[in-house]
Amino acid sequence: MYKSLIRATATFGAAALLATTAFAGDLIINFDDPNPKPKAGFEAAVEKFKAANPDINVTVNINDREAHKTAIRNFLSADAPDITSWYPGNRMAPFVNAGQFEDISDLWASDPNLSTSFEAIKPTMTIDGKQWGVPYSYYQWGIYYRKDIFDKMGIAEPKTWDELLAASKKLKEGGVTPITIGTKFLWTAAGVFDYLNLRTNGYEVHNDLTAGKIKYTDPRIKEVFVKWKELMDAGGFVENHATMSWQDALAPFVKGEAAMYVMGNFAVASMKDAGLTEDQIDFFQFPEITPGLPRAEEAPADALFIPAKAKNKEDARKFLAFMAQPEIQSEWNKTIGQLPPNSKAAVGDDKFIQEGFATVSTASGLAQFYDRDAPAEMAKAGMEGFQEFMIKPDRLDKILERLDKVQAKVYK
Amino acid sequence: MSVTALPETSVPGSMVDNRSWYQRNRLRVAPWLFLAPAIIFFTIYVIAPIFQSIWTSFFEWNGLNNADGTSSAKWIGLGNYVELLDDEDFYTSLYNNVLWLVLYLLAVPAGLFIALFLNQTVTGMRIYKSLFFFPFVISQVVVGLIFSWFYNPNFGIVGEVWRFFGAAPPSILGDEDLVTYGIIFAGLWPQIAYCMILYLTGLNNVSPDQVEAGRLDHAKGWKMLWYVILPQLKPATFIAVVVTVIGALRSFDMIAIMTQGGPYGSSNVLSYYMFEQALSEFGFRMGYGSAIATVLFFIMLFFISYFLWSMYQDEKR
Repeated sequence: MYKSLIRATATFGAAALLATTAFAGDLIINFDDPNPKPKAGFEAAVEKFKAANPDINVTVNINDREAHKTAIRNFLSADAPDITSWYPGNRMAPFVNAGQFEDISDLWASDPNLSTSFEAIKPTMTIDGKQWGVPYSYYQWGIYYRKDIFDKMGIAEPKTWDELLAASKKLKEGGVTPITIGTKFLWTAAGVFDYLNLRTNGYEVHNDLTAGKIKYTDPRIKEVFVKWKELMDAGGFVENHATMSWQDALAPFVKGEAAMYVMGNFAVASMKDAGLTEDQIDFFQFPEITPGLPRAEEAPADALFIPAKAKNKEDARKFLAFMAQPEIQSEWNKTIGQLPPNSKAAVGDDKFIQEGFATVSTASGLAQFYDRDAPAEMAKAGMEGFQEFMIKPDRLDKILERLDKVQAKVYK
Repeated sequence: MSVTALPETSVPGSMVDNRSWYQRNRLRVAPWLFLAPAIIFFTIYVIAPIFQSIWTSFFEWNGLNNADGTSSAKWIGLGNYVELLDDEDFYTSLYNNVLWLVLYLLAVPAGLFIALFLNQTVTGMRIYKSLFFFPFVISQVVVGLIFSWFYNPNFGIVGEVWRFFGAAPPSILGDEDLVTYGIIFAGLWPQIAYCMILYLTGLNNVSPDQVEAGRLDHAKGWKMLWYVILPQLKPATFIAVVVTVIGALRSFDMIAIMTQGGPYGSSNVLSYYMFEQALSEFGFRMGYGSAIATVLFFIMLFFISYFLWSMYQDEKR
């Protein structure tokens, strides 16, 4: 009697266990890039996960990037998936602070791959000493330039600030605008500001500024704008940049009316689509300004998160750990033409990816980007200030005072 | 309540009303029944949100709920309004709204003159009329896009014209002093067409006898227009002014398409600034956005009440 009771409980328990795994086997993923290559890369990675975990029933929803930015605010609380894509740095802060993302520090600590191969990028995934997501891709920023124009005018890749200024002057004399930019949507100007700041003052100042610990009227920040003005005086940027998007700003670059572009690696595909060949474009790191300063780089990452309301957190953790594996990250990033955050992953053999990897893997620090490191409201005001400075440089003091005012309000 | 309690019982028996309550009050109830769907939806989708957004404007809220479903909003009373008073961008938007309001009204006389010009019998007149009306039919988004191409100093028509005269073309949408005028000008194009069509229908109803009588008294040209035609067009003018004022205050599409409020916020208007603060990528300050919406609401309320009041006065006469 007693034995049969035990047996009965055991079978009942096993059945219950089976039932729960069947339930837990559903994994819903919301991803945010429907463009052909990112979609293919992501879907290939998911297929591998399915092959390795045949008992898990994976459902993938792929949404448009901009739509995802709005939708995530609803689905995290109303109908949470088990995995969602989002951005690290300050962009994840509102969700972390509202308790809508799952703390996955345990996974970072227990998974040997995550705990050893992601040292460089770990800080950007961290808030309050806890990790909240797993990065799957990132890309470098730097200066893309028209190699054919540089060669024709006898200009070498600038390594220092003076060389960059000299190159700009030479280009200007030759009738070519040194740098193209389109600031209609503001963030491009933040790329220039970030690099000038990282090279003039370094990584710490970038972080302190975006964390609200340094004022904008600080002499160190003012120095950044002095450098910016020097660049503008040396021939500087295309006119009418305030009316152009970053894609519009490619036109002068492609036509040979401008020779450099401070941009992220995603621009290469558009440059090639516009008819430039591999031989015509090349990449160099943003030149040194303060000699001897450790070199930090902009390298915005994309990541995967588990919503706090996810139903199947166990398999979601399994999925994140799987996506962090070096082979998966190599394959995925080869498809999308970006860099794998896993330091043990292999890098694609495209020349920009190779140079990008050399740039980022040797950097002393990785900044996400001004608009991801600073809170949204500060970022918006700051980027408007940068744009205004580029059009009316003599208003600098007024702009910086205004930014101080916004800063005081945002970080109270 | 029973029938016996009603005063009707005191009248002679033959006149006792045996119909049901509904049958007796049919005439009074019917309009409400017909209005009910509209009233219900108007209340849910228009009236209630007005109070909701006024209520939200007293909070600081990023639009997110906590994981346990509670709202993360924080009561700050009039804090958002205090912040508005010290916000340069708010004053820029307010100033631009005034500019819109004043300059947009140019659509009324412009529409009138085009209507007078088109109000003649020539072969194919209907085609010309529809061509003039065309800009109102196409979407504001398209109008904005076309004009931002016109204004492009590199390949737009404005650049070509300036270069023809040997001048450096201005970057209209990139210049803080020109940008609002540029957008208003683009907005005027469809608005003039709208006013024109209002006046064209109005001109159909101008009584020929009065024009004839005016002619006999030697009225012609401006005097004819001012003393005989215009007074008869008063209803059309009224509607044209109302739609133009409201159109100016609601201006949003053009700004979103042409500049997104830029460069550095100098072409913002209240409606776009509200969107930017509450719903754009760098916004999600629901409380602050609602405070802007509330201010805009009261400005509109002022105009709309004036219009309703003057309409009411007209009806009374």
